[in-house]
This record gives sequence, structure tokens and C-alpha cells, in this order.
Amino acid sequence: MLTLDAAVAGYAAPVSPAATFSVARGEVVGLAGPNGSGKSTLLKAILGSARLFSGRIERAPDTRIGYLSQQPVRLPEVPISGRELLATLGADRMTPPARLAEKLDARIDRLSGGEYQLLMLWATLAGEGELILLDEPTNNLDAGHIQIAIDEIAAARPRRATLVVSHDRMFLDAVCMRVIEWGTAHG
Amino acid sequence: MDSLFVVPFFAGLTLALLLPLVGNLLRLRDEWLATLGLAHLAGAGALAGTALYLSNFIGALAGALAGAGAKQASGGRSNSGYGLMILAGWALTLLIAANTALGEALAHALIDGQLYFAGLRELIIDGILLVCALPALKWLAPRLIAARFFPERERANAMPTWRWHLGFDLLAALAIAAGTATFGLMASFALIFVPPWIAFRRAPDWRRAQWLAAGLGVAGHCLAFWLALTFDQPFGPVLVVVFVIAFAMSTFWRRPAGADFRGR
Repeated sequence: MLTLDAAVAGYAAPVSPAATFSVARGEVVGLAGPNGSGKSTLLKAILGSARLFSGRIERAPDTRIGYLSQQPVRLPEVPISGRELLATLGADRMTPPARLAEKLDARIDRLSGGEYQLLMLWATLAGEGELILLDEPTNNLDAGHIQIAIDEIAAARPRRATLVVSHDRMFLDAVCMRVIEWGTAHG
Repeated sequence: MDSLFVVPFFAGLTLALLLPLVGNLLRLRDEWLATLGLAHLAGAGALAGTALYLSNFIGALAGALAGAGAKQASGGRSNSGYGLMILAGWALTLLIAANTALGEALAHALIDGQLYFAGLRELIIDGILLVCALPALKWLAPRLIAARFFPERERANAMPTWRWHLGFDLLAALAIAAGTATFGLMASFALIFVPPWIAFRRAPDWRRAQWLAAGLGVAGHCLAFWLALTFDQPFGPVLVVVFVIAFAMSTFWRRPAGADFRGR
């Protein structure tokens, strides 16, 4: 569903090393590496938000993308409930995890950091994308929420191709079928 | 109510319902300042239209659409750009007023906010706008909300975003032009700014924010209309004072029960 061939991504100048790997439907692939190594930039290049300096990035035709940003947009004051936000994305048809379901009628600006992150992760997983890109999905999550994230990514796996960027090695080992060590970027 | 005031009352009522709904989405997009810029350009356009022997409504519409077009052409949102709109609109309004006889009177009406000049033409136009805008807003809102929280999604999936971003910009420009031509500049801005501000602070969800903002707009309009007639005051400033007081009162309003989960 996604193929990268010697893809070098950046903005004004290249940021990431050349990446060659693929992600098929039913796979969860992780990218692990230090901060500043260009992992998020590579995701942005897949989205079309960062520049591809060389190589190629190919998506299967008509593949819809779901993307969780490393820093999801969070507004200081907005009267939208979690349930309403999910509805705008068509992500309200699946049953959410219990810990999230009990918060769905609250205003999203009144959720804790971890609750908000879980909501945004769920919105990405429950949405319409066949290719899911997750950038640091465990930010702000406690151990309980991280386990929920692992369970839900695993549950979504059969119908999706998932690429996960994270510095949390234990999380990557728990959720990914293979992990690419950033720096070698072959997989 | 004297029959002389029935048409202006209902012309204003349609916009008192619509402008806060538009204002909610503008506030979501952090573009409420844009409305002041567009209102100033609409005001300048109205005067220019009058000077060119066109209706002030058409002139206001042209001014607001020009502002919306400039915003689109510049690639999006910028407070500096909106500031420039405010300055340009203000300067043009007063220059045209200073150089045309009718312009001076109309400039005062636009800036002071005198609803009573609104006639059957404004009522019909405002009514048609309301009827068309309500279903449009219902279609636009979920797309604009999704775009606000997941901005990369549109580009990544090559979505035809112009349909809702440009569509909303045009709708907002139309509503502001209608408001400026009907209510005057600052009264329109007050309707777009204050009810949504209160709704954003107090409503438990988006659906109720829409009801609250529209309800505040309608109630504020009715109260201001009555006060202005009773005490022989200009409508625009009375409306603004009503909303300022409403905002001050809202600060004492308890938050919706169960709405605050943070750490509790």
C-alpha cells in the first residue's frame, strides 16, 4: 500500500536520510530513532506536506490516509464534544474503548492531555483511512492508555497498513510486526 | 410597534439569527478579526456603490467579496492582512463620505449603525440569504471542524477543499455585507463576535453553541430594538452595549455540569 524507494525528505534542505521500505495492508511497521533524525519529516513527505528531494514515494491508487500528528491541534477554548469531533471524521461508527467512551460527551478543551491524545488517536484509527500514519502516538499517555493504544492499533491492523514513528521502543516492540532502525532505514 | 419599524425589525432579525452562526465558524477558524476587516470593506463598498449610483447593498457586497478574494489569493489567514483591510476600508469610507453629499449621510448610517433605513429590499435580500445560508452552514460545519483539527488530512487525501473553504469565505462575506448594509458596521461585527464568544465559553457542545449564539443574537436584537425606539437612541451603539452587558453577565454563569473533567 505504501512504497518508499531511496526517499529523501526535507523542507528547505534535506532532513531525513534515504528511506527504502514498504508497508502492506495488514502490516504495522515502526520507525525508531533519535530526535531530529527526520522521521516525522518523512511522514510529512508521504502526506505531501514536506518536500521529496530524491527517490520516490508511492501509494496504492485511491488509498485514503489517516494521520496523527506529533502535536495534534488543540484549541484553548472550543465547544465541541469528542463525540461531535468523531462524527465530523466519520469515525463515530466504531465502538470506542470504554475509558474513552465515558469522556465523549465532554468538551474536548476540558480533557486532560492524555485523554485528548487518546481521542485523537482513536479518531485516526476509527476514521476512513486505509493507510495510517502515527507520529509519536504515545505522547502524554499513561500506561493504561498506552495499552489501549496497543490494543486498538492491533484491532485495526487487518484492514489497514500502519506506519508508526515513536521513540518508545517498548511500545514499538509491542505493536509493530517489524521495526526499522532509523539510520539504516531499510526494511 | 409603529408600522414604519416593522420591516427594519424583521430585516435585522434575520441577520441577528444568521450572523452569530457564521461567527461561530469564524471563531473556530480564528478569523473573527477578519470580519471587522470585511465589514470595513463592505462599508467602503456601500459608499462607493452609492457614489456610482448603484445600490449600497451591491456596493457592500462587492467590497466584502473583494476582501474575501484578497484573503483567498494571499493563501489564507493573517492578522496583518485583516488589519490592512480595516485600515483600507476605514480610509475609503471616510474619503468617499468627505467627497460626496449623500456619502456623508450614508457613512454616518453605516458607522453609527442605524437600522431604521433598512427597507423591503433589505428584508427580502436578508431573508433569502438566511434561507440559503442555513443548509449551507449545516453542510460546511463538519468539514470546517475536521479541517481545523486535522489540517493535513485534506492535502494528503487530495480533497476538493476549495468547495468548503472558499464556500464559507463567500458566505461570510455575503453575511457581513448584508449586515453592514442593514445594521451598520460595528453592529454587524458585534453580532459576529460577542454571541459566539459567549457560546464558546459556555456551551457544552457545538450543537448547543449554535443554539446559544443564535438565541443571544435574536434576543439581543429584540432588546436593542426596543431600547433604541423607547429611548430614541441610535440602534447600532445600543446593540453593542446590550452585547457587552450580556458578555459581562455571562462571566457569572456557571459552567455546564460535568463539562470539566480535567484532573477531577
